[in-house]
Amino acid sequence: MPVSRSNGTATTPGGGAAAPTSAPKRRKLRFRGDLVLAILVLMPSIVAVAIFIYFFIAYTFYVSVVRWPTLLPDYTFVGLENWKRMFQDMRFQIDLRNLVLYAAGFMTQCIVIGFLLASLLDAKIKSEALFRTIFIFPFAVSGIVTGVVWRWLMFPSSGLNQLFEMVGLGFLKSKWYTDPTWGILAVTIAAAWQFSGYIMALYLAGLRGISHELKEAAAIDGANTWNLYRYIIIPLLTPVTFTAVVLTGMGSIRVFDIPAVLGTGAAFSTDALAFHMFQLTFQSNKMSSGAVIASLMIILAAFLIGPYLASLHLEETQ
Amino acid sequence: MTLQRVWTRGAIYFVLVAFAAWYLMPIYLMLITGLKTYEQVGITKMWALPYPVSLDGFSQAWVKVSANFGNSIMITVPAAIISAFIGSINGYIFAKWKFRGSNTIFMLFLVGMFLPYQGILIPLVQTLMALGLYGSIVGVIFVHCVFGIPITALMFRSYFAGIPNELVDAAKIDGCGFFGIYRHILLPIAFPAFAVVLIWQFTTIWNDYLIGLIVVSNPRLAPVNVAVKNLAGTYTTQWQVQMSGALIAALPTIIVYLALGKFFMRGLLAGSLKG
Repeated sequence: MPVSRSNGTATTPGGGAAAPTSAPKRRKLRFRGDLVLAILVLMPSIVAVAIFIYFFIAYTFYVSVVRWPTLLPDYTFVGLENWKRMFQDMRFQIDLRNLVLYAAGFMTQCIVIGFLLASLLDAKIKSEALFRTIFIFPFAVSGIVTGVVWRWLMFPSSGLNQLFEMVGLGFLKSKWYTDPTWGILAVTIAAAWQFSGYIMALYLAGLRGISHELKEAAAIDGANTWNLYRYIIIPLLTPVTFTAVVLTGMGSIRVFDIPAVLGTGAAFSTDALAFHMFQLTFQSNKMSSGAVIASLMIILAAFLIGPYLASLHLEETQ
Repeated sequence: MTLQRVWTRGAIYFVLVAFAAWYLMPIYLMLITGLKTYEQVGITKMWALPYPVSLDGFSQAWVKVSANFGNSIMITVPAAIISAFIGSINGYIFAKWKFRGSNTIFMLFLVGMFLPYQGILIPLVQTLMALGLYGSIVGVIFVHCVFGIPITALMFRSYFAGIPNELVDAAKIDGCGFFGIYRHILLPIAFPAFAVVLIWQFTTIWNDYLIGLIVVSNPRLAPVNVAVKNLAGTYTTQWQVQMSGALIAALPTIIVYLALGKFFMRGLLAGSLKG
């Protein structure tokens, strides 16, 4: 406690005009007053978070178990009826499948590319700063801009396909986001273009935290590069990988902007939960149905937030 | 041995250059397409360079998105400044005025950083309507400030935690109170933290689509990313207009990134909590 610590030095100059004997007590009271003031100043933010995050989440769950099928509120309790109906909905089932595919594609690309590029940049590269700047810059670009550009780049009769043809890699041609089955994976290519540089930055910071002595010691012990990564570097970077999994996992759950640009695609092949929720709630006014998806997104997110905050808390208390 | 080393180095540079090309390709495509005339744009001529160079696409796009570009400035600048200010106070309290339960409250704040916004949109719209903020730019600013509370508190808390408690204690002995310590001790040395938080908030808010889309229904008041999305929906075959619009929307954050990359990088690391 900072309050009690400062009392020990009560006779230091500058303590004010108060008599030496009563000074510590008065100061203590004053700091207690300051602590109360600090809590009061924090109060508006606490209230805002309590309402706009926690109360709102609870309210969304509540809306998911009442009738409310139109714009006009209807708080008749219907239990899990909306949830049951949603799980039978074809578009919703496709969304869940898309979420699995998206998460697999997006997380793998971000983590593999991020780790690869960070490792290469860590190998004492000339113009490292330039490469780093180029790799991270898409993170400064919005999801909408990413979607607009990649829609043009992955236009089936043009773009990448044409480029592949030109350089003799015609076998790489794909239907991209227009593919009725795998369209969602094309979305992950655009999303990973935007986000993988961020993951690279995390891994690079992690690699810089590993001491050179350790790497040299391993080399002296006869470890080749593969073993160095397999037994030393990758295990040491586990916390970074954990962070990367949480961040890319969250990104998979809430992806919205790129599907909003590309549209839902043929047979909802590029649809996402967040976009379905938006259309149900704000275009069809089906509040309770929208709230079901919203609540499910919160539940999915909680599986990632929980362990993450727990790990932070552990770090904090150590 | 040396030959093998040359090969390895060559392979490393080859992979790096290939990825650099991959990351730059969309920007290159935006530029060459945006500088074409409508006649030059076509699905078979996508990779052809613009000749002659034309600014028609840009001027057409600018007419469509300039008002929204202005809205984005009017939203982003105040929202970034206000949320940085709130964050500096909250971070100061979480770092230097710990009270019973303050760490728990901080953890509860952090949950908001990861929240999928869909989870709160329905009550948010109702609340904004009740407050008379729905449909206005002030409403968008308000929402960004509220949802900026967690990340800004985190970033400032980390920064202030690195400042020795002895400095704060000495100021207390010198008669500084709660506001005095903030104003005279921490604020004068908080410039780097403000730079990181302002850039982070500027980028996040400028690039936002969902909040702008939900909170303002009138397209004239919408931020630039909403306009770019609509542009792409209306000018479906006029790729030069779409690409110009996208470039206009991306330019401010790209410039900030290139000019202030150091602070941007720090924000990336702080934003993941592992700074």
